[in-house]
Amino acid sequence: MNVLELHYDVPGDDFTRAGEASSAIKNKLKQMGISPDVIRNIAIATYEGEINMVIHANGGTIDVFVGADAITMMLKDTGAGIPDTELAMREGYTTAKEEIRSLGFGAGMGLPNMKKYTDEFELKSEVGVGTQVTMKVYLNK
Amino acid sequence: MTIGDIAKLLDCEVLCCEDKLQNEVHTACGSDMMSDVLAFVKDQAVLLTGLLNPQVVRTAEMMDIICIVFVRGKKPDEAVVQLAGQKNIVILSTKSRMFEACGILYDSGLRGGESASPVGGAD
Repeated sequence: MNVLELHYDVPGDDFTRAGEASSAIKNKLKQMGISPDVIRNIAIATYEGEINMVIHANGGTIDVFVGADAITMMLKDTGAGIPDTELAMREGYTTAKEEIRSLGFGAGMGLPNMKKYTDEFELKSEVGVGTQVTMKVYLNK
Repeated sequence: MTIGDIAKLLDCEVLCCEDKLQNEVHTACGSDMMSDVLAFVKDQAVLLTGLLNPQVVRTAEMMDIICIVFVRGKKPDEAVVQLAGQKNIVILSTKSRMFEACGILYDSGLRGGESASPVGGAD
């Protein structure tokens, strides 16, 4: 059973606002007294996902489920989808345009970072339908 | 080293959170690629960058970075400074270039912290 469930809509039309949902999630977890290391890992993984949604998929949704043993983040979008998820997971691989790179993103580290900072990571994507990333961070390691 | 020491060493203008200059900094990271910054976890870190958009502050917030130094005399616009103020992140601006600023801080004993990943080049 989940102690708390959070839902955020991520707008896709404003890069300057990207990260607001991750910031809100971070603050909420801080208020709950979750350990700072766990919060940081969740914040980074969620932020990378949020940035990806804005860059590649015109926004999406983030749902966070806080359970007794773990926190699960589910990120969904209805963007173009990823044709080759194995390739997308490779460090340094990116399809981001130069404009995004000039903003400091699109180094091909987003998905690898999300996997690196979480205990469980699952990427599902279908071209023309969208992408879903489910990540879990354990609370008692 | 404190944030105040960094401000002195790099002859910085303090743009926000002047009341936090006594806070200790343990590690530093210099990069214009936020994805690279996000690949490294460091405690009580300072970020040196030439990038001015709000995502620099957002990235710092996610990483618990406590100070951002904008190099080459760059200053972010007021909205970015305000956002940093809300997050209690000190904003400094130095005329030094990235390489020079990093060199001065390294020479004064500040190090890059964890950098085990072969990918990134954030330091």
